[in-house]
Amino acid sequence: MKVLVTVKRVIDPYVKVRVKSDGTGVETANIKMTMNPFCEIAVEQAVRMKEAGVVTEIVVVSVGALQSQETLRTAMAMGADRGILVEATPDVEPLAVAKLVKAIIAKENPQLVITGKQAIDDDSNQTGQMIAALMGWPQATFISNITVNGDNADVTREIDGGLERLTIKLPAVVTTDLRLNEPRYVTLPNIMKAKKKPLEVLKPEALGVDITPRLKTLKVQEPPSRNAGVKVADVKELVAKLKNEARVL
Amino acid sequence: MAVLVIAEHDGKQLKSGVTNALTAAAKLGDVTVLVAGNQAGDAAQAAAKVAGVKKVLLSEAPHYEGSAVENLAALVLTIAEQYTHILAPASSYGKNVAPRVAASLDVQQISEISGIESADTFVRPTYAGNAMATVQSSDRIKVITIRGTAFDPAGEQAAAPVETLAPGPDLGLSQYKGAELSKSERPELTAARIIVSGGRGLGSAENFKILEALADKLGAAVGASRAAVDSGFMPNEYQVGQTGKIVAPELYIAVGISGAIQHLAGMKDSKVIVAINKDAEAPIFSVASYWLVDDLFKAVPELTKELGSS
Repeated sequence: MKVLVTVKRVIDPYVKVRVKSDGTGVETANIKMTMNPFCEIAVEQAVRMKEAGVVTEIVVVSVGALQSQETLRTAMAMGADRGILVEATPDVEPLAVAKLVKAIIAKENPQLVITGKQAIDDDSNQTGQMIAALMGWPQATFISNITVNGDNADVTREIDGGLERLTIKLPAVVTTDLRLNEPRYVTLPNIMKAKKKPLEVLKPEALGVDITPRLKTLKVQEPPSRNAGVKVADVKELVAKLKNEARVL
Repeated sequence: MAVLVIAEHDGKQLKSGVTNALTAAAKLGDVTVLVAGNQAGDAAQAAAKVAGVKKVLLSEAPHYEGSAVENLAALVLTIAEQYTHILAPASSYGKNVAPRVAASLDVQQISEISGIESADTFVRPTYAGNAMATVQSSDRIKVITIRGTAFDPAGEQAAAPVETLAPGPDLGLSQYKGAELSKSERPELTAARIIVSGGRGLGSAENFKILEALADKLGAAVGASRAAVDSGFMPNEYQVGQTGKIVAPELYIAVGISGAIQHLAGMKDSKVIVAINKDAEAPIFSVASYWLVDDLFKAVPELTKELGSS
């Protein structure tokens, strides 16, 4: 079974982002970039399924700037077999990304697409669901477990009140939640090996997809900041403040 | 403007974020609520009584059991073109279905909005809430998910009419196998007035008991940071943060939580924030209304005791 995994290059989640003074976006110059954490979980899942003999080939896809090749190389160092980059601006909207992935699915015919549930930059949480919609495939979002049984997959989803179990028909799209697995660290020998793996770079036009944005960003602002707080000396003072000052108890 | 709200429910009642989404919907135009389920008549009656609702569409069929996202999206598509806006709460339910509807309509969804500027312009948090983006949509139908904490829950009204909507197709793509829902006497995280939340500093699942004792004293919900969930101390549905639940209670007590960006994103709109941490440099103190530098294993039982004595 062939698996297609999508990955996104994002600002490192531990970096505090700063809004540009002209209000057009956030500062990205000279900032550490990394693979979106949920995409790492997606790659790890595909690699584990390959190690278990369920998956035969892992194709990893990214949409974004040319530097996203580094992200694809990281995925290949984790164990993906091939990479495809659709070169575009870094802020392609989820609907356009889903259309690009659909065009790649048409060429690659995977049985399973694994995406992260959410990119931690624009926090959209849309791409996997949109790929499933455009393909007319079933979707299982926010999964914490997946077992492939012939033409079906048994999945466990993380929902607000607990867990939901589904059996979905393949081909399908699944999106990863935190507890699906713990991604491996890439080793130097595997980084070297990954450099020799095939990586194709395409343009959206070559896939016949219009990626014109549907949303116009009018401005980007800092959120309102909180008033400075008060340090309390002990539990008694804390309780007194909560009762008499904040009046929440 | 005609607005359709996809209601999340448990068959009997609406889930907590729905009435907040209905407040947002009422700002945009005439509100119709879609209640789809296996047996959902009671939930439809409940929706009819929420202020601002003009009409409820009830669609019942066995193939709407569970999340049933493929069938639910297909049902929404049978009526979507009648509306200018299609809304859902930004819960795991709404986040599952809304993008599927949006892509099928060839529109770009607007995720988790926290403000409405006009019929086509919305404010939404990005980068874990560190950058608020104002975006304008050029799509013919706006598909939107609503951040519950940004809108007050709608009040009550005399019941609006409930109409039956013929079920859509059963696509047979997915089979519901059941759910394991956590049973708790405590309030639900996203609806709680007070939340007591623990982080990696708790050290183990066992140690969360001292937080639970405090929570029970306060009638509070229990939450956890991603680090605590990652470490296996608490199940994922307790996670507060950018990739967990977004909460804004009256009082949020963060215990043994350092305050990673991703956690702050989920709770920094709480009215009053208390942080207890032994590290005087913990970033959580930057958002705290009151902070106490102390060993949590000493301070938390003391706090529970202190509250009991008054």
